[in-house]
Amino acid sequence: MTALPLSAGRRRDPLLWLALGLLAFLVVLAVFAPVLTPYDPNAIDLDNRLAPFSASHWLGTDHLGRDVLSRLMAGTRVSLGSVLVIAGLVLGTGFVVGSVSGWLGGWVDSLIMRICEAFMTFPTFILAMFLTGVLGRGMTNVVLAIVLTHWAWYARITRGMVQAVKGREYIAAARLAGGSRAGIFTRHIAAPVLNQMLILATLDIGHMLLHVSGLSFLGLGIQPPTPEWGVMISDARPHFWTNPGLVILPGAMILLTVLAFNIPGDRLRDRLDPTLAEGRA
Amino acid sequence: MIRFIIKRLLALVPVLLAVSVVVFVLLRTGENDPAMSYLRLSGIPPTDDALADARIALGLDRPVLVQYLDWLGRAVRLDFGRSYVTGAPVTDHLLHYLPNTLYLAGVSLFLTLALSLPLGVAAAVWRGKWPDHLTRLLAAVGVSAPSFWLGFLFILIFSVKLGWLPSVGIGGPAHVIMPAFSVALMSMCINMRLLRGGMVAEMSSRHILYARMRGLPPRVIVGKHVLRNSLIPVVTAIGMHVGEILGGAVVAEIVFSWPGVGRYAVSAIYNRDFPVMQCFILMMTVIFVFANLLTDIACAAIDPRIRLDKGGNA
Repeated sequence: MTALPLSAGRRRDPLLWLALGLLAFLVVLAVFAPVLTPYDPNAIDLDNRLAPFSASHWLGTDHLGRDVLSRLMAGTRVSLGSVLVIAGLVLGTGFVVGSVSGWLGGWVDSLIMRICEAFMTFPTFILAMFLTGVLGRGMTNVVLAIVLTHWAWYARITRGMVQAVKGREYIAAARLAGGSRAGIFTRHIAAPVLNQMLILATLDIGHMLLHVSGLSFLGLGIQPPTPEWGVMISDARPHFWTNPGLVILPGAMILLTVLAFNIPGDRLRDRLDPTLAEGRA
Repeated sequence: MIRFIIKRLLALVPVLLAVSVVVFVLLRTGENDPAMSYLRLSGIPPTDDALADARIALGLDRPVLVQYLDWLGRAVRLDFGRSYVTGAPVTDHLLHYLPNTLYLAGVSLFLTLALSLPLGVAAAVWRGKWPDHLTRLLAAVGVSAPSFWLGFLFILIFSVKLGWLPSVGIGGPAHVIMPAFSVALMSMCINMRLLRGGMVAEMSSRHILYARMRGLPPRVIVGKHVLRNSLIPVVTAIGMHVGEILGGAVVAEIVFSWPGVGRYAVSAIYNRDFPVMQCFILMMTVIFVFANLLTDIACAAIDPRIRLDKGGNA
């Protein structure tokens, strides 16, 4: 609210820089995972099962003798990849549907908003679970399930923003100046609204990652042997009492990744618009 | 007030109808064929004849609209048919497990509120001091930690290392602490920050300045003027938290072997046991919708301006 000079905010916020550094590190890990992993993340070595931390396997091996460090690293790629695709699709769908609704108005608008409200009536995670049952398990269907449970919020916010911008005086001025409908829409409405929605999607990425790993942990999401962190925890459950590290480590990766997205997201929200994204968990 | 409640109840009818349409349509999209699932789970070889018989037995040969109305008519009477796996009526099964889930979710909601209120107030009152920083850190971790992982962590610390709490199953009050806490943490953190934000904004408003000028003691100002006005967004958020808590409860039931509907539903979803899936999602959604209705009513009770509003879809 009070406009702190940006530099002052930065100096006081080591947490933000820690999170940004972590995020950069995770992105590098995700991009170069196939080159960086010391072992093939899916290479089974039954003679070397549940090995403790050692020089050859820094974080030990799992119940099939797979190298845990390699699987954690490869998991970065799976998690970041899936969650970016989800965020992109949610943003795209929500933006297109919401713009159509807000721009056209009338019965199209009412119909679209009723559909949105119907989707928003469900508890999100429960609906996502149900959808994985309907669509089937696996990576593609998890992505679809989470997109289907989140698009309605984006559509509704986009629609509200488009409506608000539509009534502004500079739109009337652009029209008077002889701008075409399509031109006015893309330049003066779509561009600023899309910018705002992009920020909103960034804020949501951590939350979406929790959904992906949660569904995978339940066995309804990404399937073994894919080195996804939720899958790894689910795999390690029978060995939790003897090798708790197999559960703790992938969870710590999820926590760190979500933190790396959430902390900058929070600061961004505080600085740009405190009312923008309040509300939904 | 009574009029407001009646209006809200009537407004639920189209909402629930829309929900039923979405569920019905979703069940019939995709590549799945309920008749096929039925045969697979019943262990009948899926010959063309068996498939045709199953379609007739399940009523899948009738027009879609007839199927929907028939399905809706039975859903209203809580008849969701029989499980493809066990052959037992679905509703009985789920209703048998439901109290356990409601118990877990209820305790989680209680923890959410009981912890977020004092922590949120403390963060707002000592803004910029250590309680504020500490709760901010807690919130950052709380909203980022996967609840199932927290559950395992709690088991490791409080059951394995310290031996204070039982790790699995349902029983006395000691059994519910860890699952409920792992479910509640995220909502608790969100609520805490929401309350803090609301109170901080409220503290800089003019009537608070006036209350200070009148020389009211800080405790009265915070308790009576600031807190009460900041409660509306917090109460509104409770409805939303219920959705989050129901989802979290399903996951916690798996981690802590808690005999609730979630555990039953997860195996049903895994098996694509459609009657169970339908009943599960509709049951959870109805609970969620009514929780939101209750929070709406609570808001109207706190703030008369909401009551006087049209009471439409805000």
